[in-house]
Amino acid sequence: MYEITEKVELSHTVYYFKVRAPLIAKKRKAGQFVVLRLNEAGERIPLTIVDSDEKQGTIGLIVQEVGKTTAMLGRMGVGDNILDVVGPLGRPTHIENYGIAVCVGGGIGVAPVLPIAVAMKQAGNKVISIMGARNKGLLILEKEMRQTSDELHITTDDGSCGHHGFVTQVLSRLIDEGVKIGCVVGIGPVPMMKAVANVTRPHNILTYVSLNPIMVDGTGMCGACRVSVGGKVRFVCVDGPEFNGAEVDFDELILRNRSYLKEEKMAMEEAMYHEGTRCYEGGSKG
Amino acid sequence: MDANEVRERMKIPRQAMGEQPPLERVRNFFEVPLGYTEADAVKEAQRCIQCKKPLCVGGCPVNIDIPWFIRLIAEGKFVEAARKLKETNTLPAVCGRVCPQEDQCERVCIIGKKGEPVAIGRLERFAADYEREHDAAMLPDIPSWTGRKVAVVGAGPAGLTVASDLVRKGHKVTVFEALHTPGGVLMYGIPEFRLPKKIVQSEVEFLKRMGVEIVLNAVVGKLETIDELLSNGYDAVFIGSGAGLPNFMNIPGENLAGVYSANEYLTRVNLMKAYQFPEYDTPVIRGRKIVVIGAGNTAMDAARTALRLCPDEVSIVYRR
Repeated sequence: MYEITEKVELSHTVYYFKVRAPLIAKKRKAGQFVVLRLNEAGERIPLTIVDSDEKQGTIGLIVQEVGKTTAMLGRMGVGDNILDVVGPLGRPTHIENYGIAVCVGGGIGVAPVLPIAVAMKQAGNKVISIMGARNKGLLILEKEMRQTSDELHITTDDGSCGHHGFVTQVLSRLIDEGVKIGCVVGIGPVPMMKAVANVTRPHNILTYVSLNPIMVDGTGMCGACRVSVGGKVRFVCVDGPEFNGAEVDFDELILRNRSYLKEEKMAMEEAMYHEGTRCYEGGSKG
Repeated sequence: MDANEVRERMKIPRQAMGEQPPLERVRNFFEVPLGYTEADAVKEAQRCIQCKKPLCVGGCPVNIDIPWFIRLIAEGKFVEAARKLKETNTLPAVCGRVCPQEDQCERVCIIGKKGEPVAIGRLERFAADYEREHDAAMLPDIPSWTGRKVAVVGAGPAGLTVASDLVRKGHKVTVFEALHTPGGVLMYGIPEFRLPKKIVQSEVEFLKRMGVEIVLNAVVGKLETIDELLSNGYDAVFIGSGAGLPNFMNIPGENLAGVYSANEYLTRVNLMKAYQFPEYDTPVIRGRKIVVIGAGNTAMDAARTALRLCPDEVSIVYRR
């Protein structure tokens, strides 16, 4: 059992959890993830490890309520136990001094970007971060991102904070202004990562994206998380989660991630019906 | 055994094992064969002529003393038969069900030369089930600790067997399992209707009672490396990590939603219990028409599983 030792609400339906997992806390590196299962009947879902505290023996996870498991997790609090947590899984982010590293986070994607921005900064990079959300209320980890970045740009789809528009518009502007970007790390919804890769591809800027396919075991056994990268089948759980964005078949990933929309909605409705206490907005995965 | 007795025994027909009728079992996940009754088992055991040089033992990868355990069944000593089996085979209830006996012990059985071989697998299953159902499992004598510790990577059939053999020799054993449940392919791969998961877990419980420690959610190489295990007090490491990632075929469309590797399809259904969705959270796509590519054991498990998930049509496509 893995105890929740801290919980912070970052925005509506987005939470930061500290979970006791001493061995994982000791081993994890930026870019790695865990797979967790809440109870005997639960599904296995992957979550990026945001940070860790080796002394406390805890890892930090950020969760957005998008389906049944994440919604149930959102209702858990300090002292509650998660049944299974396995990790650290996947390969760590390749960190080196690129000169200027641009870290792009969309929505809850800022959560996995943060530890990479921290590591890039430690490696001696000038870190320029771009974080975006639908609106001001959905921006998370702004303070932490500001602390670790030499430059921080904020965008919102509705203009309620920062640049009115998308992260890719700011990225394009930086390129147009002649900023000598050594590497871009883009993490967020798949369409955003696709757009980031489309912006950098013509300029041959090395671009890492962190993919979020559906996983089952997460340890290199089942093949559920396969994606096409450079025309070859790769497995996100053991070959990733980060890949060269220029080579990823994002459209295929989007299709695969939609495999269970009907079932996800059904599981969510069922869970809410049994809970019966709170009307849930959103329903299935967005 | 004199020539007359051998002749008498060879007249006994191979005893059939009861099973769920086809039209019924195709709609549920309960085990298909129902197992021998005590009378069936005794009668089947009497078909064994107790060869002086038994070929069956040579056909068995773990050299079970087959004539001996069968004689015990014939004498009605069912618990003793199970104990005899467990001297050389840690998982008789599992092997009695899923071992390919027709290619191993039963293939070389001398009775099979003129008729049907002795149903060794069914008898193994019977003895193991009898012991379990009568709560008669007895811990073997474990010698005092040798002072040695062994780390076993993977709690599948290989790891569990090694763990059992090593604790019986007096070593301390820790098994590290990546998944949330021990059993490996016995849990995620082989379907419930062929190997009930309760049986696997009861075999694992027996190992724990023998002193085997099992650590779940532990991916060796990620959480601790083999070097770390060796410098943290383990004297040896056994790697029983399984077959690994599936191979795909490099054909167009193989990454479309609704295309599964057998590993994923079977893991969803068996380990994650997708056949009980939405009581269990993990879903599996339930198409009306399902095609299985391949015709080996795993393909049969996949096809039989698919049939039970209510499609109109399941086809097997095979290159030969």
